[in-house]
Amino acid sequence: MAVITFDEVSVTYPGAGRPTLERVSFELPEGDLCLVIGATGSGKSTLLGAINGLVPHFTGGTLRGRVIVDGRDTARHRPRDLADVVGYVGQDPLRGFVTDTVEDEIAYGMEQLGTDPVAMRKRVEETLDLMGIADLRRRPLTELSGGQQQRVAIAAVLAAQPRVLVLDEPTSALDPTAAQDVLAAISTLVHEVGLTVVLAEHRLERVMQAADSAIWLPGDGTATCGKPADVLAQATVTPPLAELARIAGWSRVPLSVREARRRALREDLVPAAPELPVNGTGPVVLSARDVEVRYGEVTAVRNVSLDLRGGTVTTLLGRNGAGKSSLLWALQGALTCAGEITVCGRDPRTLSAAGARRQVTLVPQTAADLLYLPSVGAECAQADAESDVAPGTTAKLLRTLGVDVPDDRDPRDLSEGQRLALVLAIQLAVRPPVLLLDEPTRGLDYRAKAELRRMIRTLAAQGVAVLISTHDVEFAAGASRRTLLMADGELIADATTADLLTSSPAYAPQMAKVFAPVPVLTPDDVARGL
Amino acid sequence: MADERTQTLTSLHPWAWWCWAIGIGIAVSGTTNPLLLALIATAMVAVVMLRRSDAPWARSVKTYLLLSLFVIGMRLFFQILLGGNHGETVLFTLPQVPLPDWAAGIQLGGTVTAEALTSTLYDALRLAVMLLCIGAANALANPRQALRSVPAALYEASVAVVIALSVAPQLIESVQRVRRARRLRGNSSTSLRTLGTIAMPVLADAVERSMSLAAGMESRGFGRTRGLPTKGTLPLMLVSSMVATAGVFLLLSTDFWALSLVLLAAGVTGATLGLRLAGRRLRVTAYRPHPWRARETLVAASGVLAAVVVLGLGWLDPDALGPALASLLDPAALTPSTNPLVWPGLSLPMLVVIGLVLAPIPLTRARHRAETASTRNDTRVRSLRPRAEIEPERELAWR
Repeated sequence: MAVITFDEVSVTYPGAGRPTLERVSFELPEGDLCLVIGATGSGKSTLLGAINGLVPHFTGGTLRGRVIVDGRDTARHRPRDLADVVGYVGQDPLRGFVTDTVEDEIAYGMEQLGTDPVAMRKRVEETLDLMGIADLRRRPLTELSGGQQQRVAIAAVLAAQPRVLVLDEPTSALDPTAAQDVLAAISTLVHEVGLTVVLAEHRLERVMQAADSAIWLPGDGTATCGKPADVLAQATVTPPLAELARIAGWSRVPLSVREARRRALREDLVPAAPELPVNGTGPVVLSARDVEVRYGEVTAVRNVSLDLRGGTVTTLLGRNGAGKSSLLWALQGALTCAGEITVCGRDPRTLSAAGARRQVTLVPQTAADLLYLPSVGAECAQADAESDVAPGTTAKLLRTLGVDVPDDRDPRDLSEGQRLALVLAIQLAVRPPVLLLDEPTRGLDYRAKAELRRMIRTLAAQGVAVLISTHDVEFAAGASRRTLLMADGELIADATTADLLTSSPAYAPQMAKVFAPVPVLTPDDVARGL
Repeated sequence: MADERTQTLTSLHPWAWWCWAIGIGIAVSGTTNPLLLALIATAMVAVVMLRRSDAPWARSVKTYLLLSLFVIGMRLFFQILLGGNHGETVLFTLPQVPLPDWAAGIQLGGTVTAEALTSTLYDALRLAVMLLCIGAANALANPRQALRSVPAALYEASVAVVIALSVAPQLIESVQRVRRARRLRGNSSTSLRTLGTIAMPVLADAVERSMSLAAGMESRGFGRTRGLPTKGTLPLMLVSSMVATAGVFLLLSTDFWALSLVLLAAGVTGATLGLRLAGRRLRVTAYRPHPWRARETLVAASGVLAAVVVLGLGWLDPDALGPALASLLDPAALTPSTNPLVWPGLSLPMLVVIGLVLAPIPLTRARHRAETASTRNDTRVRSLRPRAEIEPERELAWR
């Protein structure tokens, strides 16, 4: 029996030219794990919000057609009336937390439903155990790691014992191990508890093997629903395995590394090892010796020494909290730190903010923090003025980065990828020799990531040294030649990307796992090697 | 569960802490004796240090200490600068600035006397210790927990306060983050214009956060059990609060003791009844409500008692007491004279007050200090990253 039914559902937001969802119909049977895939802005969040009535009750807009969840029509039931049926976890769990400790947060939903205190007590304990967070019960929510916060957020909605769990990109901000934890928890819920889970995700490579069905939103308002393998074969959203299937000419997309590996072995598909790329031989533009960053008692970065050469791309991997961000900010000269930093013969720490920016420029994790003017044109003009360059330089740079948007567009209305490109253009207008990117792939879909890779390649070809911190190994594999690994504030490995990634089970990209021991990293490598 | 036991033994009902701290605050308002004030402050800090948890709000006591010192410093500074000094013991003389006629009554510079300085110091000390009382209550009682046990009728209001409490620190965090980010654009000035450019993303961020919070609350059933307001509660509340106000007015300004007390009692009863009635429309249940036990009563009573002792002592007329009793209680010691200057003394009742301030130490136990798994989530580190995260218990699979 279907627990979620969409019947000819169309959603139109006020002021939008066309409906975000148009005549979408599907039925989800009880106990399914359903994957919602699509590019940024294709309506994934709208579809998820429609399940518990946040769309349109909370977000506004008009909804035509009917959404029935567990026999209740969302037209007549507000989200709060569906709280006992649908558990909804938004993109950033920390922002949705109402209380301040783990235990209170889990109890909150039940308090609102008026659950009997004795039953509530029991259910809190059960939920803590189910999600494996019993040891965190009294910890303040803000002090938890991203993976823990995500598990607490799931536990908090689970306690109300819903039949459907809706998750909007639960792993987009997590490092590979933490993401694995959360996904394992979700798959337990599907298999052991029999919950119906609807999940939107950008990085499909981790979840598609567990999915029972998939809904693809191509971006024109329609939706294609079916088995994951069939849907992925036609979707433009291409995780590495789907790309491999396309390269190898397989009609069915293998959903797991195991499936792909077996098929490759059966068909005797062995790509030639890619030529070992020559490490950049450009001049050393950034040189750091024994950099140490301390926050009071805490040492975030310890004795890090590294050189960056012009025209090379380097990625910086490491767990959440390993000190990647602190290192990048220290290299930019924006943090007080010990040690020597030299960029083209000068120490950025001794320069003014404007001067340091000419030597080494940083795009922070929340790139939108750099934007404050009401239009793209105004931002570009301001950047020209700040950088003392001819008017129009930034706008031109933005176009060479592949983004062409009208000047009067509000930066907040741009897509994640376009906004990142705008910030990049602003920061690059001074033509700095070194570019540091802190987690640029957050919230980017596959196409935007490919675009970013292309932009980075263009910049490197112009002689810029690029250092990218990221959690996304697939992106690292495609974008860089050299990879650094940080753990606990120290630089513990510095090698070519191919060596470093293929030698690690946690960080190996999917292609490396499929074709081990051949050191291929990306579907492009495979295509070239076949 | 051992953990469970420690929790119930050590955490006191938040309102008990507030009651204790407010009682001591009232007691402090009734004295200018610097010895007593200094002892109360020391005892207060001792209680906070021994009984606070390691939660974020528990760290606020340092801020209040600094604020208190600042208050004392400011008062003394202005007393020296703006004079108006009385008394004979001249400590030093500042060059006096002649002021125009329209500023008559204000003196800039001039002689500084020990009498005036001491009296200002006593006064400032009293204010500083009262501030410290509020700081202590803040550090000892979780403000959110305190709001959780307000009457159900005030539920919506308390929710609004709770949200404001959580948004304020987030706002500070995003201001820091945006300021750092702005520096990356080469803009490190602190002009008013820069402030404006910081405000835009910060406010946008705050609105976005509030929207996510509201969406989270809505989808988790907030407001679901709220029925229609019960009829007649509003007039009842209005009338009873008016009656109570009239009672307080009569009590403070006239001699109609009996009438005012009756009015006050009637007003309070009416208001309680109204709150009860209004609370019925909510069917929200509470998870592990804080029980109010004998320990809470004792801690709250020690604060109230401290206030009663000091105010009662101030009420006494030394002449009406027998000489033996007068020397024992010594009501005049509460407000030592500053003109002529005398050395302040301590009396027996004051020691009782100090004992009452320290009462929570034997009445409660030190909180179990939770091991913080990581200090990486320090706010300063966090301001670099929008989400703080670390998996402390996991070692990377690495070969």
